[in-house]
Amino acid sequence: MTGDPTRIAVFSGKGGTGKTTLVASLVRLAGRVVAVDCDVDAANLALLVPGEDGPPTPFVAGEKARIDPDACLGCGECADACSFGAVVPDAGVYRVRQVFCEGCRACGLACPTGAIRYEPDTAGTWRVRRTPEGWLVHARLGIAQDNSGKLVSEVRKAADRIAAEEGIGLVLIDGPPGVGCPVHAAIGGVDLALVVAEPTPAGHHDMERMLELARHFDIPAAVLINKHDLSPPGTRRIEETCARLGVPVLGRIPFDPAVPGRMAQGRTPLGGGGEVERSIREIHAALAERAAR
Amino acid sequence: MRIAFASGKGGTGKTMMATSVARVAGPGAAYVDADVEEPNGHLFLHPTVERETRFAVDLPEPVPDRCDGCRLCQQHCAFHAILVAGTRVLVFPELCHSCDVCVDVCPRDALAVGKMETGTVRLGDADGIFVVEGRLDVGQARATPLIGHVTRAAPPDADPVLIDCPPGTSCAAVSSVEGADLVVLVTEPTPFGLHDLELAAEMCRELGKPVAAVINRADLGDEAVRNWLAERGIPLLAEIPFDRGIAETYAAGGVVADRSVAVRRAAEAVLAHARRELS
Ligand code: SF4
Ligand code: SF4
Repeated sequence: MTGDPTRIAVFSGKGGTGKTTLVASLVRLAGRVVAVDCDVDAANLALLVPGEDGPPTPFVAGEKARIDPDACLGCGECADACSFGAVVPDAGVYRVRQVFCEGCRACGLACPTGAIRYEPDTAGTWRVRRTPEGWLVHARLGIAQDNSGKLVSEVRKAADRIAAEEGIGLVLIDGPPGVGCPVHAAIGGVDLALVVAEPTPAGHHDMERMLELARHFDIPAAVLINKHDLSPPGTRRIEETCARLGVPVLGRIPFDPAVPGRMAQGRTPLGGGGEVERSIREIHAALAERAAR
Repeated sequence: MRIAFASGKGGTGKTMMATSVARVAGPGAAYVDADVEEPNGHLFLHPTVERETRFAVDLPEPVPDRCDGCRLCQQHCAFHAILVAGTRVLVFPELCHSCDVCVDVCPRDALAVGKMETGTVRLGDADGIFVVEGRLDVGQARATPLIGHVTRAAPPDADPVLIDCPPGTSCAAVSSVEGADLVVLVTEPTPFGLHDLELAAEMCRELGKPVAAVINRADLGDEAVRNWLAERGIPLLAEIPFDRGIAETYAAGGVVADRSVAVRRAAEAVLAHARRELS
């Protein structure tokens, strides 16, 4: 395999649409693949993709301010300077609420006594897992971090590196929810954004926003409809929207109440032999065909 | 009384619960859609929009002919959002955190505090329920300032205020629960649900917020979530079984408490718990 791998990213707007279950199944079917869990805020893919984890790599991003209480005069200049409300009075002096600090250093510029220090902030960790046939890169963002976009970029780089070193032709990205900063980092430069939509008004709305974002970044998109049988009219409306936007609908997955039970045992729908499995296999075949083109 | 509805992962039923509690609380309550990346509450409450305003964050704006190329702003910007080329100041809006440090350090007042619109705030009414919605413009990266704004946009006499939070535990989720008196974690009894519930509970602990839980689709999964809640002493306020009728009401775009007895009871239990704990 020479050149760039094919990169497919799976998104779902709000999440909870069976996206991770689908990605885990596609990982199994694809075999030699580098999977990346870019939902660094709620990284779940590792629960369904077994393997052996390598050591954690710390992810350092930005700084946090700390005020030395012994040097603080209690003047409050720092609190006025902070645009994020991170500095609060505390027992006659001032204190930085760490979760709200963005590390801009405005407080230090304002402090007349130099009582404020800045320390590098470990915003999370990431690891590489050896799966039966491929690799999984997964991360864990610390609580209250605003660096999810940077961590997504970091795990994607690690995945690309592994794909190049091992000569693997497919990178499969489990995308974060929403349409904000981590999603921008996850969608950049992919060959296909696969949007999983549910046939509800909320699902439809989320899908439209996600497709708008893909258009904004000029990324080709396709749609999968999950639980399509829960609302045939909702499914029809999704198909109409996709037809209007010229976005292909790559597959439909039915609702099966047995799927959460299998997940509870850490198993994907594969091997269950149901309709869900059949539709996922079809989707995998459709993706393989697209990639071959 | 301000109750936030949060969860580590999306799709657990936060919006269903927040809109249902709003309905059960009735006129005078406020529903705040703080999930500004994917605001969905309006699809269930169908509010009439009474006011719509644009929301903007600070963005430094170069003042023509003032820069002498000293680069102090560039050196001080912790986010690499400013580049000085000769005597031209370039600002990269997608990197800027609106801290205004550059404006403060410039000795020649060559930067002014300008504005950049990032989203829309809608105020409306749904049968006496005050509805606030924030909506981030697609293509904008930074949701946090808009979230902070909408969580404070309900009228001061609204009670209870029900905040529908974005999923996750990052800065966006933190700013949505910051002003809440109680956080209700909506979860489901699967390994994903448990994993994300642990993170969401840890976030609330770090913020010093009291928590309670509701389990949705309670019969599709295992016991691990219930056991974990019991171990932690987190009150379990209600369990909502999976019901195709709930899914269909949701699919049709209605407030689920209007159709499902289980969801209405769950909403009543949340409200009763909040009144007991917070009065
Ligand atoms: S570094 Fe910036 S965000 Fe952090 S406390 Fe100081 S002024 Fe506030
Ligand atoms: S406002 Fe802060 S983040 Fe934005 S350009 Fe100025 S120094 Fe950088």
